[in-house]
Amino acid sequence: MNSYPHNKLSIEKSSAGRRGVTFAPAAKDVSVYLPQNLIRTDTPRLPALSEFDTVRHFTNLSRLNYCLDTHFYPLGSCTMKYNPKAYDALCSLENFSSLHPCTPARYAQGTLEIIYKVEDMLKEITGLAGFTLQPSAGAHGEFTGALIARAYHNFRKDKARNEIIVPDTAHGTNPATAAMCGCKVINIKSAPDGRVDIEELKKALNPHTALLMLTIPNTVGLFEKDIKEIASLVHANGTLLYMDGANLNALIGIVKPVDMGVDIMHINLHKTLATPHGGGGPGAGAVGVKPELLDFLPLPRVAFDGKEYKFIAKNKKSIGAIKSFYGNIAIVIRAYCYMRQFDGKTLKTIAQNAVLNANYVRARLANYFPAFFNRICMHECVLSIDKEKLPQLKTIDVAKRLLDLGFHAPTIYFPLLVPEAIMIEPTETESKETLDAFADAMIEIYNEALKDPQSLHAAPRSCPVKRIDEVSAAREPNLRW
Amino acid sequence: MYNQEKCKFSKTHEWAFIEGGNAVCGISDHAQHEISDIVFVELPKVGQKIEVGKRCAVIESVKSASDFFAPLSGEVTEVNEAVTSDPSLLNKAPHGEGWMFKIKISNPAEADKLLSFEDYKATF
Amino acid sequence: MFSPNTEDNQKQMLHTIGVNGIEDLFADIPQELRKADFNLPQALDEAALTRNVKNLAAKNKPLLNFAGAGIYEHFIPAAVNAISSRGEFLTAYTPYQAEVSQGTLQAIYEYQSCICALFDMDVSNASHYDGATALAEAVSAAARVKGKNKVLISSALNPEYKKVLHTYLNINGSVKLQEVNLKDGLTDIEDLKQKAAAQDVAAFVLPTPNFYGLIEDAQSVSKVVKETGLLLIAQVNPISLGVLAAPGTYGADFAVAEGQALGNAMNFGGPGLGIFTCKKEYVRYVPGRICGMSKDADGKRAFVLTLQAREQHIRRERASSNICSNQALCALNAAVYLTLLGAQGLKEVASLNVENAHILRDKIAGLEGYSIKYSAPFFNEFVVKCPVAAARVIKYAAKKGVLAGFDLGLVSKDFKNELLVCATETKTAQDIEAFVNVLKGAK
Repeated sequence: MNSYPHNKLSIEKSSAGRRGVTFAPAAKDVSVYLPQNLIRTDTPRLPALSEFDTVRHFTNLSRLNYCLDTHFYPLGSCTMKYNPKAYDALCSLENFSSLHPCTPARYAQGTLEIIYKVEDMLKEITGLAGFTLQPSAGAHGEFTGALIARAYHNFRKDKARNEIIVPDTAHGTNPATAAMCGCKVINIKSAPDGRVDIEELKKALNPHTALLMLTIPNTVGLFEKDIKEIASLVHANGTLLYMDGANLNALIGIVKPVDMGVDIMHINLHKTLATPHGGGGPGAGAVGVKPELLDFLPLPRVAFDGKEYKFIAKNKKSIGAIKSFYGNIAIVIRAYCYMRQFDGKTLKTIAQNAVLNANYVRARLANYFPAFFNRICMHECVLSIDKEKLPQLKTIDVAKRLLDLGFHAPTIYFPLLVPEAIMIEPTETESKETLDAFADAMIEIYNEALKDPQSLHAAPRSCPVKRIDEVSAAREPNLRW
Repeated sequence: MYNQEKCKFSKTHEWAFIEGGNAVCGISDHAQHEISDIVFVELPKVGQKIEVGKRCAVIESVKSASDFFAPLSGEVTEVNEAVTSDPSLLNKAPHGEGWMFKIKISNPAEADKLLSFEDYKATF
Repeated sequence: MFSPNTEDNQKQMLHTIGVNGIEDLFADIPQELRKADFNLPQALDEAALTRNVKNLAAKNKPLLNFAGAGIYEHFIPAAVNAISSRGEFLTAYTPYQAEVSQGTLQAIYEYQSCICALFDMDVSNASHYDGATALAEAVSAAARVKGKNKVLISSALNPEYKKVLHTYLNINGSVKLQEVNLKDGLTDIEDLKQKAAAQDVAAFVLPTPNFYGLIEDAQSVSKVVKETGLLLIAQVNPISLGVLAAPGTYGADFAVAEGQALGNAMNFGGPGLGIFTCKKEYVRYVPGRICGMSKDADGKRAFVLTLQAREQHIRRERASSNICSNQALCALNAAVYLTLLGAQGLKEVASLNVENAHILRDKIAGLEGYSIKYSAPFFNEFVVKCPVAAARVIKYAAKKGVLAGFDLGLVSKDFKNELLVCATETKTAQDIEAFVNVLKGAK
């Protein structure tokens, strides 16, 4: 318990005249330097707290959160794996954090070497020819990849390529990305087994198709067995194959995407490469390409001349900059640290254990929450509710009740293909004991639902707040104090 | 106001109340029930030309954004500002105060393709 | 490494699953795809990794910094990192399950509120990747509001931002950009009036301070913009709002900024913090996450991500942006920073920036061979005309341990002797003396 009333805002705890951090004042008033008409006359309504109260305020807020350090997050497609503590200090070493981006390359050789080596390792892991580390997130990476594809087609004078094919199981960012690039989105229905329907794909491919965006394995946790045939069809049509790398944790160290026929892909550093989620960001999304597409990558890029690391800032074919400067460097340094802790042999233990753990959870819950596809899955499984045994139970209730039992909920209602979807991705960093505790909790919920499904509507009951009125929040938005 | 029995319906749950060369449009009671609590309505603009079967409005709930497809072609002559400030009207009175917009019909023959209330009810 | 599964654990789990070995779990993958070799460098344990990374850090040579150009060195009070490095904030997920994310959500709400207060604007979202992408989204939103596809931008907009705008908008042809000329470094009002009169223009992007450090008479520019029926998009420096008039006060419809300066280290340019604000009538055009205050089932105050039906996970291809994440941790740093400083502290910091930069300007103006290019008012950056190429000055200064500024020759060959110099509150009198001495020698 803390000594403040629940959820008071910092502004409500403020008292006029209270100061947190102070600075020795300037020698002269600003009006000596600037004309009066430019000077601010109003006082912004910011908090006025002591530093102590500020620290208490935010520390107490933090304690209202679930987080990886305290709770299991079986979130499908999010790869919530352990964020190694060692990297926190390393990425914030003063020589990294205090560097201004205008620092000449010669004085930033450490950082440039890290960027270069991260690119090298990603090339080895994927088999692709080059990477950009500029994107700030997966979606940002998708946008970058789609722009590269369009630039490639335009360069080949194949200017009518303005369609992007997306399976109906795709994450929402895929079609949104296509629309952002001014492309028409062609949704193709998946086969009954959740995979790409080859016939539907053949129908959708035409001279206007710029790109096929695929998540591999797909969002129902299954590997696209026919990926080589898919890639052949795509390439024969003059189309590029884009891999959404959100699920790379199932394949890393086992399959090289280039061998599947992938031309462009993005990797979420905050998923596969263990950088922290930070409550919603910052992430980072590396984008890799085949040799023919290297020239289109955003600039600048890092090169090594045998002695020094340098920036290359000129390439007429480049799509330009998708963000200012070089990328989320503090995050890239974390990814460097993570990859350096594996070698060619141990890298595969990530995917092996991730897939093992997901199948174990699936097997333990088989008689309670059957997998939508009753077969071996990859690093995540999609379960559903048995409508015959539990006609009144909804996925949202399962999710909220799990919060009471000390687990973050899995991904729910995605992919849209699966009704009452519960998508579980344990990751390789969870122990069997944690997986068993989670399975036991799900079974407890199952039994509660058998006895009294209505009781679950009130969940969660033991969290800092109960279910929130989202309708009012949307109808009468209160977005600031 | 726009009695269900007197309206014509599209298969995608929009209704049109036709009077002379004009029509009032909205979503059916079935639709508002399916969407559940409506939090926002994106209406077309006055003067906008809409085409039958094409999206001309969006209805948002907390968890979804549903497309509203024009039941008839025409030019928007009036929009119901009340539903912009109080979207719950679409839930409470989809055939009354929750009407969405009015149009001047450009192709009267299109009305023949719409369903009567009885036929519409039979579709679900 | 990192997986706790022992051989025993694996055996037990395989038994429960009903397969013989882990390889069986990968049966769906064609054999020929599972033959790849991964040639990675030797794996490092934590101790070896620590040595490795510290060696790399030692290869960086931080310089006494007088560069700005969009990323600024400001003093970050220790409490900021003490709070945001807490595992509860650092390792939390996106707050989709609001009941267990009230810490993150309230922090975002407070960030939004502080930004609205500082900018004097009605609505702030939970942030974009950086200032440049926030501007791209604002330009896109303004075009949609007006239903027009051309936007005017000041010629004095940060060149990184121009590049990003071009990539986001020009390439796709969704919005055409046209530059407005400068007169003595500031917006040429006559040129603005003339270009704004075209039928297809939605808005004008006004950076203030602009890339050359100069402060625009935003009130006057705003008047002209409104008279021509355009929207005003202001791109500002958040620290400067401690002493300069806020965008809401001079009628900006949208106001964006790079928020790195608020409690975030420079980190060689990333991660940044894209601040995005607007007037309340445009709230439906705002991309990205927004946090709102509501009540829970017991009537208790509770925070939740709201207006989600605008976003990609619901609208998919109908979404106005594909953005999925926000820079939550950087926004938290900003919220803590602004809470620690308050209005008074921010005013102090901003005033020190103004003073240091003006002291430095006066000293440089007195140096033989150097002159100050513009006479208009500036915040903490200004353009220096050098006796030799700016690139040469920078190279020489770096050897002496000083980062002299940004080479404006990178913007245009006409500016190759011009240096953009910045002095924040972090510069002491000795620092300034050292820099001036370096400039003396750089000829």
